[in-house]
Amino acid sequence: MLGNLRNLFRYRVLIQSLVVRDLKARYRGSVLGFLWSFINPLLQLSIYWFVFTYIVPTGRDVVGMSPYALFLFTGILPWTWFSSSVLESSSVLMTSGNLIKKILFPAEVLPMVVVLSNLIHFFLGLPILLAFLLYYGKIQISLLAFPAVVLLQLVFSLGVCLFIAALAVHFRDVANIIANVMMLWFFGSPVIYSYLNISPSIQRFLNYNPMTHILVGYHQSLFTGSLGHWPWLLVMVPASALTFLVGYTFFDRLRETFAEEV
Amino acid sequence: MGTAIQVSDLTKIYQRYSHRKQFRTLKSALLGGSLLQELRPDERFPALEAVTFNVREGSTFAVIGRNGSGKSTLLKVIAGISKPSSGTVKVNGRISALIELGAGFHPEITGRENVFINGIMLGLSKREIEERYEEIVAFAELEDFIEAPVKTYSSGMYMRLGFAVAIHVNPDVLLIDEVLAVGDEAFVHKCIDKISEFRRRGKTILLVTHSLGLVEKMADEALWLDRSRVQMRGDPKKVVDAYLAQVTQHEEEELAAAEAKTSAEFEAPRPEDDGKGSEVEPVSAFARERGRWGSREVEIQEVSFLDASGSTKYVFATGEPVTVRLKVSTTGTIEDFVFGVAIFNADGVCCYGTNTHLEEFTPVRLSGAAEVRFVIPELQLIEGTYFLDVAAHQRDGYPFDYHRALHQFRVQSKVKDVGVYRPHHRWEFAGGVRLEPPRTA
Repeated sequence: MLGNLRNLFRYRVLIQSLVVRDLKARYRGSVLGFLWSFINPLLQLSIYWFVFTYIVPTGRDVVGMSPYALFLFTGILPWTWFSSSVLESSSVLMTSGNLIKKILFPAEVLPMVVVLSNLIHFFLGLPILLAFLLYYGKIQISLLAFPAVVLLQLVFSLGVCLFIAALAVHFRDVANIIANVMMLWFFGSPVIYSYLNISPSIQRFLNYNPMTHILVGYHQSLFTGSLGHWPWLLVMVPASALTFLVGYTFFDRLRETFAEEV
Repeated sequence: MGTAIQVSDLTKIYQRYSHRKQFRTLKSALLGGSLLQELRPDERFPALEAVTFNVREGSTFAVIGRNGSGKSTLLKVIAGISKPSSGTVKVNGRISALIELGAGFHPEITGRENVFINGIMLGLSKREIEERYEEIVAFAELEDFIEAPVKTYSSGMYMRLGFAVAIHVNPDVLLIDEVLAVGDEAFVHKCIDKISEFRRRGKTILLVTHSLGLVEKMADEALWLDRSRVQMRGDPKKVVDAYLAQVTQHEEEELAAAEAKTSAEFEAPRPEDDGKGSEVEPVSAFARERGRWGSREVEIQEVSFLDASGSTKYVFATGEPVTVRLKVSTTGTIEDFVFGVAIFNADGVCCYGTNTHLEEFTPVRLSGAAEVRFVIPELQLIEGTYFLDVAAHQRDGYPFDYHRALHQFRVQSKVKDVGVYRPHHRWEFAGGVRLEPPRTA
């Protein structure tokens, strides 16, 4: 395992250039190009805001969720990072099968590149979030906790994505199942609702979901300004690390079968 | 001189998982949480069995064998892409594998960007690529297109760029898998030149190829893989000859089976009393459809190809003596008859045709059983499959028995010359010209 982690350090140039390639390739040829990285979250936000303000006005004026558009945005951006990463990971080893089959290539780099290029997209959405925060005067000291939450999510996502990527090679059904699982996971995480406003009996279930604590972390550091959830975030430190180790170990165990199975 | 590649007792077993099984394992894996234990194959297929050999540092080593004999698997295991099921592979020095050219290219980004990423994938540092960049682009002859997305490249351009990057990794050990089969003639020569340069610089090359000429020309040692096992190893000339002998034997068996099938298929009923043919001649004279027609007053019962020793075979070398033997029979006595043969190549082009009438033999009498031999002292045909027409008819063309394209044979040649026939020839040079004669056996 230690050797593997050392290898990862060696692959950093490779990972870096693949992330850059992904970003370049993603919008090449489209008229708006990189602007899509800003427009996409903005459009997504407007849809949610419209639906939950005018069609099903649940979140309006509820304590801890107002202004609702901003509340939504603080959750949707990191959630998109997570769910896109998982979805893309479920097919990345197959779509890059050529690399695994035809050249000597460290396969774990592929899901990692997926997570990292989605992280860059997440970062590209941040200036818009920052603009909203400024507009509503929400720049507060709790913002300092933000990078820590990002790091937690990064480590957790890497673990999940490595696991899913390896699993999907052997069970192609995973790619289909995962789309639905992510939908369920979305509603099971406090993105469109607030963790604090739900009944404790449901909270108890949500506590088993690591994304709950990560999202509450975002809400509190960016939105409410209180860091009352810190004990849970502290629990998430070993939990994320464990997820990563389990995911990586699983990936490593199946690694040798990839060249034949993809 | 050390050993560059050391393969000992290498076995590679491919495992297949059936779909039913897969469903069950996913279910039980999810329910039982025993995923790693449940991934058990239900079918095993050995791609390599107990393969052992060494490649000396600085030598060129060729691997030959029929499709599916395990050549590519061997290369992948040596390259480290696949893991051996048992046995070991040791490689000394930096390795670069030309298994599929441009395998890591991304279609949406430019050639330049792909060169850098591909180089990094193949283990170069950014700096090393920058140093070699100009050379790579020049070698690929893509100066004008390097800033265009790779998806706009023709397949030839793609291959050229892939080869250029891979070759400029400058490995100590170069693995090549049949990649020279692509690309135009000029580029293939360039690649071969580059590989020759590698040899001269004392690098080790392991080459998997179907081009036996290339093996004899370049390799210091050859290995013949047959059905996952090492069949033979040693001097390239000897290995290639042994391999060719087996290929020939295989073709012989195939052609003999085809001949047996043909004679069963066209074993026609005896002619009617009125003497009219039971089958009519095909309408189109151009369509080279296989067929047999004629009145059968004279019947060609058997057609065989004989070699110098008089035994039947179907595969001949260019320049070998061949005898076409017709066994004919007739019930009555015939006084007007002609025997003819014609050789067609696989494209349906008549390479040669003649008959006893054209060559001004005068028929006198044919009765009972007879044997007609058409003797070719030296078969001057190029490599390929040929079809033989044989016929017995009257001088006015009235057919007794006509076999169109029913009999086939193969010609093999070490020289890959082209054309319809191969005249006797030699080359002479005089004045300010000097050529190395070919390496002959």
